[in-house]
Amino acid sequence: MKRAVHDRGGWGDETPIDRTEHELADWEVLMDAIVGALSARGVMNVDQLRRGIESMPPKEYEHTSYYERWLYSVELILSEKGVLLPGELDARVAT
Amino acid sequence: MTFRVGDQVRVSYRSHDGHHRTPGYLKGMRGTVLRVHATFTDPETRAYGESGLPERRLYLVDFAAREVWYPNAVDGRIFADVFEHWLEEAS
Repeated sequence: MKRAVHDRGGWGDETPIDRTEHELADWEVLMDAIVGALSARGVMNVDQLRRGIESMPPKEYEHTSYYERWLYSVELILSEKGVLLPGELDARVAT
Repeated sequence: MTFRVGDQVRVSYRSHDGHHRTPGYLKGMRGTVLRVHATFTDPETRAYGESGLPERRLYLVDFAAREVWYPNAVDGRIFADVFEHWLEEAS
């Protein structure tokens, strides 16, 4: 049966789980705050956040960190809703 | 259908393209209802911005690790929350 990239319980893998912790970078704290604010305002919910993460291309999913996945999902969901226009984030980052 | 504590259940063996909370490794597995939690809005529709209504009943289900990870011999239990529409009566 087809399983999405996040649905990995029981996958054969001898690689030990990386349990190391790291000090959160400012952008990670900000990412958390953005999702908190969007949820509090009813713009998006945690199920949408998860759906967005689960829809990542498997390769991208494997190479991104926890909050990078949040960023991917929030951009996707806000674009779906028309809160963000196509290319808007890229344009703002470029300026 | 509604289940009670002690009922033997089987997790539906079906794929679902959208967001769902039923892990693939439990699909088709047989377990026992340990607890009837309550009803909750449905994350499968909330994930697409809908209301999540009608609410779905959520169960705590007990699985034998040895069956789930067969043929690996692993002792222990697996406890998972599974929504009612993912459970069938085990024959």
